[in-house]
Amino acid sequence: MQTKSPELVHDETSLKQFLLKLSPVDQVGVDSRAAMLGTRSIKNSSKNLAIDLAIRMVDLTTLEGADTPGKVRALCNKAVRPDPSDSTVPHVGAVCVYNDMVSIARAHLDSIGGKDVPVAAVSTAFPSGRASQAVKIQDTQDALDAGAGEIDMVIDRGAFLAGKYGQIYDEIVLIKSLCGEKAHLKVIFETGELVTYDNVRKASYIAMLAGADFIKTSTGKVVPAATPSVVLVMLEAVRDFYAMTGRRIGVKPAGGIRTTKDAIKQLVLVKETAGEDWLNPSLFRIGASALLNDLIMQRMKMRDGRYSSMNNVTLD
Amino acid sequence: MTKFEYSPAPESTSIVDIKSEYGLFINGKFEPAKGNKSFETINPATGKPLARIAYATNADVDKAVNSATEAYKKIWSKMPASERGKYLYRIARILQERAREFAVLETMDNGKPIRETRDVDIPLAAGHFFYHAGWADKLDFAGLGNSPKPHGVVGQIIPWNFPLLMLSWKVAPALATGNTVVLKPAETTSLTALLFAEVCQQAGLPAGVVNIVTGDGSTGAYLVNHPGIQKIAFTGSTEVGKGIARAIAGSGKALTLELGGKGANIIYEDAAMDEAVEGIISGIFFNQGHVCCAGSRLLVQESVLDEVTTKLKSRMELIRIGDPLDKNTDLGAINSKAQLEKIHELANSGDQEGAQRWSPQCELPTDGFWFKPTIFSGVAQSHRIAQEEIFGPVLSILTFRTPQEAVEKANNTPYGLSAGIWSDKGSKILWTAQRLKAGVVWTNSFNKFDPASPFGGYKESGWGREGGRHGLSAYVKVVK
Repeated sequence: MQTKSPELVHDETSLKQFLLKLSPVDQVGVDSRAAMLGTRSIKNSSKNLAIDLAIRMVDLTTLEGADTPGKVRALCNKAVRPDPSDSTVPHVGAVCVYNDMVSIARAHLDSIGGKDVPVAAVSTAFPSGRASQAVKIQDTQDALDAGAGEIDMVIDRGAFLAGKYGQIYDEIVLIKSLCGEKAHLKVIFETGELVTYDNVRKASYIAMLAGADFIKTSTGKVVPAATPSVVLVMLEAVRDFYAMTGRRIGVKPAGGIRTTKDAIKQLVLVKETAGEDWLNPSLFRIGASALLNDLIMQRMKMRDGRYSSMNNVTLD
Repeated sequence: MTKFEYSPAPESTSIVDIKSEYGLFINGKFEPAKGNKSFETINPATGKPLARIAYATNADVDKAVNSATEAYKKIWSKMPASERGKYLYRIARILQERAREFAVLETMDNGKPIRETRDVDIPLAAGHFFYHAGWADKLDFAGLGNSPKPHGVVGQIIPWNFPLLMLSWKVAPALATGNTVVLKPAETTSLTALLFAEVCQQAGLPAGVVNIVTGDGSTGAYLVNHPGIQKIAFTGSTEVGKGIARAIAGSGKALTLELGGKGANIIYEDAAMDEAVEGIISGIFFNQGHVCCAGSRLLVQESVLDEVTTKLKSRMELIRIGDPLDKNTDLGAINSKAQLEKIHELANSGDQEGAQRWSPQCELPTDGFWFKPTIFSGVAQSHRIAQEEIFGPVLSILTFRTPQEAVEKANNTPYGLSAGIWSDKGSKILWTAQRLKAGVVWTNSFNKFDPASPFGGYKESGWGREGGRHGLSAYVKVVK
């Protein structure tokens, strides 16, 4: 095992020792803190600001077996101009697709003035992560060759639960080396399968030590996904890792964030945990599909003072 | 890009209808005090007057006790227990229905944040009535002995830190067990008690079962010494509590006292640190530290002192202090000028005795009474701020080396109301909890309350328990 942070860990034994020394997480305490932050009341100008910030943070996602080039192009149009009736609406953070759709998405985004919108590809045998290393490498390389600017890899949860932390670490280092300077690496934990907050904290540190640019909660295929408590634990991890190393790692909740209210609660968690620096699409993303339209509808409501029909919001 | 700041989100005050003057609530009706004496109650967050409150004279207290006695003899003691329970359920439901009105009024009169009145004070107050309503017709099975009987008329004196909640802790068990009540709210926070009087009317509670006399310490003293009272329940300072104990000694009156505290919050090195820091925050800054069971003495294992202090300071930077009616406010106003002066006096003694004071950068409102959230590090057991109850948002940080030393220091106080233990190791938690001389020991949590859980103190923190079956026993006589 070769490491990126030799001052912190240098082999499997030191990685395990590092993880053992992490402070435990108290489930009841985390849940009550997350619930308390959920009561913050965001109104008026702060709500306007939060809605636009959330739109800029959305990784607009389609990850279906039924995805077609037409569906992906439609998604790209939505990503660049979320509300055709209002040019002040910013574009989203990224478009997130399976790797065979990357070239289609990239080409279409470029053709409609969406050069600034990166394409994120899910990778390493998403969503289960159950494949040989050769397949995971090829999966990632395909996406990079097709123009992916961001790689959303999954960890091997089986290996994690079997205690093979070095293996997880090595796989992240490997994928990161493929990404190089070309692509940002997001590491998906599938927190619904890791189950405990202690595991979420451990996984966060393994990924951060191994060189992840972002840590991401879930694939969107498992429930529960990005609960406020899980996101809180991950935000604490990036905050403390920054204090430890001076490196800022991003956080991406994904799965189950469907309403503006949900999204704003996430922003409150960021503000009151990792801090203002993380309130930026370069350090916080929200993986979602239905959320964008709710944000647009709430934005219209804030602008017009009344709720609009969903027929006034484009489907995709 | 501009920062994501929270815009003001004040709760509307249109739901409350504050009268310019409030009378005493005697025999089911509001009436002015004899001679129309009154005093002012103010909003401590603004310093502006809210209303004038009747100042009960001795003759008024006599009348209230008489009315409670008549109601006890003629109605309440004769009523089937299940009927008493119905009134309590009715009161509980009305408190829930009017929760927002109570929350706003409590925040205006007391200065505590609306988030706390809305999420803690008022729901818990209703919870106490629901809980005790269920006991009313089951007292024979409460494990208190054979056919427990009420005392008769109870005199109850409550503090200003949780006005409606302390009323419910007192009134609910008293009524459930068949007593009638003369209650005196604290001088600075009478309004929710008087709104509660309206709830009693709305619930159709028979006249005289609950009487509320407003006034100051002298009103309370007269009530305590009144020969028509069979039991006294008091929550407040240890000094006043001792005075009450002396005053009624030998009178045959039953007595429960819920007094001061200097709770130790013990942080072991193996604690879940982020949650422990949250626990320190809620232990001392909940309700501006106006909490008798506050975790005002932090005992940190020396090996993690720096980590805890660093995390605590960054967390304190996030505390939102200001308009208590704003839904995002975490720390509200100090309840009164007198209390603010007392906090200043004790905090200054901390400076003089050599402890290091720290507060986050924050602006305090110019009007009203405010104190920054404050910690003192380098505190020794011998400092006044480690011994005396400050009753404000001021935390004293001490250290320990071993579990034995933690317990010794925690118990080295005249008080014994509450304590907290933070550790991820169950055996250590149990070892510690067994040795702490405190009425309530929280583990990996702090300031959590439930009507079913008895609350009360060791030593100078008081006599008797409130809440749960233990609390019921204070309101009954048991024939063995």
